[in-house]
Amino acid sequence: MSPDSAPGALGNGRDSIKTTAMNEFILIFRHEDGNKVASPEQIQVWMKQTMDWIGGIAAQNKFVAGNGLPFDDARVVWHNNVVTNGPFGEVKETIAGYVIVKAASVEEAVEFAKGSPVLQGEGNSVEVRRIAKGDGIH
Amino acid sequence: MQQQELIPHLFRTEFSKITAVLCKAFGIEHIEAAEDIASETFLAALENWTYKGIPENPAAWLYTVAKNKARTYLQRNRLFDQKISNHLRQSQEEDEEIAIDLSGANITDSQLQMLFALCHPAIPPESQIGLALRILCGFGIDEIAHAFLTNKETINKRLFRAKEKLRQEKVAIEFPGEAAIGNRLEAVLTTLYLLFNEGYYSECQDSVLREDLCLEAMRLTCLLLESPQTCLPKVKALLALMCFHASRFAARKDERGEIVLYHDQDSSLWNTELIAKGTCFLHEASQGNQLSTYHLEAAIAYWHTIKEDTKEKWENVLQLYNQLLQIRYSPIAALNRTYALSKANGKREAIVEAEKLKLEGNPFYFALLGELYTGTDNRKAERNFRQALSLAGTAADRRAIQKKLDILSDQK
Repeated sequence: MSPDSAPGALGNGRDSIKTTAMNEFILIFRHEDGNKVASPEQIQVWMKQTMDWIGGIAAQNKFVAGNGLPFDDARVVWHNNVVTNGPFGEVKETIAGYVIVKAASVEEAVEFAKGSPVLQGEGNSVEVRRIAKGDGIH
Repeated sequence: MQQQELIPHLFRTEFSKITAVLCKAFGIEHIEAAEDIASETFLAALENWTYKGIPENPAAWLYTVAKNKARTYLQRNRLFDQKISNHLRQSQEEDEEIAIDLSGANITDSQLQMLFALCHPAIPPESQIGLALRILCGFGIDEIAHAFLTNKETINKRLFRAKEKLRQEKVAIEFPGEAAIGNRLEAVLTTLYLLFNEGYYSECQDSVLREDLCLEAMRLTCLLLESPQTCLPKVKALLALMCFHASRFAARKDERGEIVLYHDQDSSLWNTELIAKGTCFLHEASQGNQLSTYHLEAAIAYWHTIKEDTKEKWENVLQLYNQLLQIRYSPIAALNRTYALSKANGKREAIVEAEKLKLEGNPFYFALLGELYTGTDNRKAERNFRQALSLAGTAADRRAIQKKLDILSDQK
């Protein structure tokens, strides 16, 4: 329906989907620094794809949080307080960002992960991990 | 202006001013007395003006009468207090009369402080809206009942309970302190937003009344901008949002009062002055580093003031909905986002995303699916529109969906 036909751009989320027995999962993106391998135009395309992908998760009321981790100003602090610059390890295994989602099972979280544009790059990966509930049991 | 028109007009504007000033002077526990004095003042005007004609300055006449009535009330009240307390413990100050200040500045201050008092967290939202309409907008109980599609008794009960609560909580009529103003302003903005929606989306057939509700919400939002404490980007964003929606008042109803859907609207009827105002407020709202849901919704509404279907428009709307949903999910935002997705990225992708939403029970969900399948799989489109029709809650929605079904069957 058209934007004017439905009450509200203005809803307030009170009647949101039931989220019973949901767990939170973190999707960790690993890939190399996009700025080094792609043009600004290409990066813009990825940005849009990422926004649309996250928007799709949010539209199911399954988005919790997310952010990118810029490659500059990256450091690793080692045993004995030795500090080194990033990137770290294999370039394609660098953590570049994360998204936290709500999902009923790890399988559902994996389905979300499969939609990530990050996976278009060979060697890139999305690691899916359940977040402990902090209740001392899980 | 003839008297028959003048009095209701004055009532709306002056009733709320007098009530707010008196209530501020007396304290919230006397809220009903303040209302009564304002009502009696208008009764006196009705009696007096009928015979003597309308005074040169009707507002000043009303203020004088209201002040006198307030003074009498206070004297009577003090006498009563003295009798039951049974001893005199009046200081010099208490002996002095409370000044009733009906200057423009004090009216604005009193109304703003009343707005914060009425939007106290202890009061349920629908009561807040009712109280705001009564106390701050001067609406009659029957008008409020009409707007909420209920009866006077229900509204009276609701307002009574809310006032009781205000008394119990001893809500002060004042600006909240620096620490509390953030949360309290949030509640005020929510109420104003709901008040506007009540007018904009109400089923009520009285279009004048509905527009009045929206205009009052806008007036109160403007009032917030008059005070430095509340002249904030997110308040401007809310006002921008209201301006953009209000710009379509004339276009969204046909001569029989039926809703005209956005795509079928005659955009020459859109109010360009309100669109320009909204654009200006939205521009001012973008100063600062806060991005509220009002900013996002105002920006979406801004793009809808451009009728033409451009790639740029729908790409922007899509990204705004992507952001809005991350901050605050709502089923309607999810549906509108998916519609924008179909316009920006194509129907095929939007169908896949729509099927994931699983908002069974929501008529607009099936209406959206019907819309998306139209042209690619008309049988599925029809099935979804029928499902939407069976779930639709209002006559207007049923008519809109039936229209879509009729178009489909014409194409067969």
